[in-house]
Amino acid sequence: MKNPVPLLALWDVACRRGGRILFEGLTLRLYDGEALEVRGPNGAGKSSLLRMVAGLLAPASGLIERKAAVALADEALALDMRLTLGRALGFWAGLDGADPAPAMAAMGIDHLAAVPVAMLSTGQRKRAAIARVIASGVPLWLLDEPANGLDAEGMDRLATAVAAHRAGGGAVLAASHLPLPLGGAPFIELGR
Amino acid sequence: MKALIIRELRLAFGSGRAWLPPVFFLLVATLFPFAVGPDGPLLARTGGGALWMAALLAALLPVERLIEPDRASGVLDQLALRGHGEEGVALAKLAGHWLSFGPPLMLAALPAAALMKLPPDVLWRLELGLLIGTPALAALTLAVGALTLGLSGTSALAGLLMLPLAVPVLIFGAGLMAGDAGGAWKLLAAVALLYVAAAPFVAGAAIRAARD
Repeated sequence: MKNPVPLLALWDVACRRGGRILFEGLTLRLYDGEALEVRGPNGAGKSSLLRMVAGLLAPASGLIERKAAVALADEALALDMRLTLGRALGFWAGLDGADPAPAMAAMGIDHLAAVPVAMLSTGQRKRAAIARVIASGVPLWLLDEPANGLDAEGMDRLATAVAAHRAGGGAVLAASHLPLPLGGAPFIELGR
Repeated sequence: MKALIIRELRLAFGSGRAWLPPVFFLLVATLFPFAVGPDGPLLARTGGGALWMAALLAALLPVERLIEPDRASGVLDQLALRGHGEEGVALAKLAGHWLSFGPPLMLAALPAAALMKLPPDVLWRLELGLLIGTPALAALTLAVGALTLGLSGTSALAGLLMLPLAVPVLIFGAGLMAGDAGGAWKLLAAVALLYVAAAPFVAGAAIRAARD
């Protein structure tokens, strides 16, 4: 049975960046265990939408109600380049009071724990950002272009992680200009 | 908070950022006698003021590397998501920055004072002044670093913003070395208190504004 209170609700939200309206009148609801894909061309406001949901950006109008903590994986890696991957992820896991090891294993980067972040490839960095989201243990995941740089195996691991998260009652809001392997999740189109 | 301060110290000493100010400070102390000439009494009279100038300019050096890398790499965003207020993050940065800036500068003041032929009592008052004054300088570095977030090539702008605000620190810091009269240390402490109290709020607001 569905929890009647949505984890995330947007009411008539508009996004203005640099004086231009990117989208307006966006209303959506995300319940426990649901996933929603935000599609749209470059510059449609997908990343801005995710940042607004995260509370990093104020909507130009409308209301955003969020009942749960969020974790965000976007283009900014937010890992200290000089540290090894294990210690860099460990810093955030320490703040979250979590253990990063299972999340690193889930994304297949546990063998890279001793490698400095600066040495990692694009796809490995993306996996690290997703691993931080997994490790955070919060109900609502915001994934911005999670497929960028991931190989087929990484995509499979992403799909598995998302499925496990949803099975545990979590929700996922993902933005991508390409279709994502979210297990047939519904999608909305921005910029149409 | 503790984790943030420790991270700040690791970044400062690990990247070498912490060594720039004391090395710059010593460099000025080395160059000044060459410029003024090997006149002991003249050096002792003017050296203290020159060292305060050097401390001021040394405080400018970390401006660009204090907050901007954390904004660009998304660390500030990730901290905000975890419920850490911008003011708290700024306060942790201030504490971490002072620990990597104040004590090394006070240490560098020892050989610098010898190069300037400062008498022991003046050296003692210089150290006292740096102990009180470096938190104020660190606070200015933090605030200016936050105000120039997202801009490129900010070193000239940072100097223009910061140096006028540092005038009271310079006046009372140099005044403290001239003698005990006038309670200069109290005024220096008052300025430091004001800057340290205000900087986290200025920096916090600037960090939020830089997101937009």
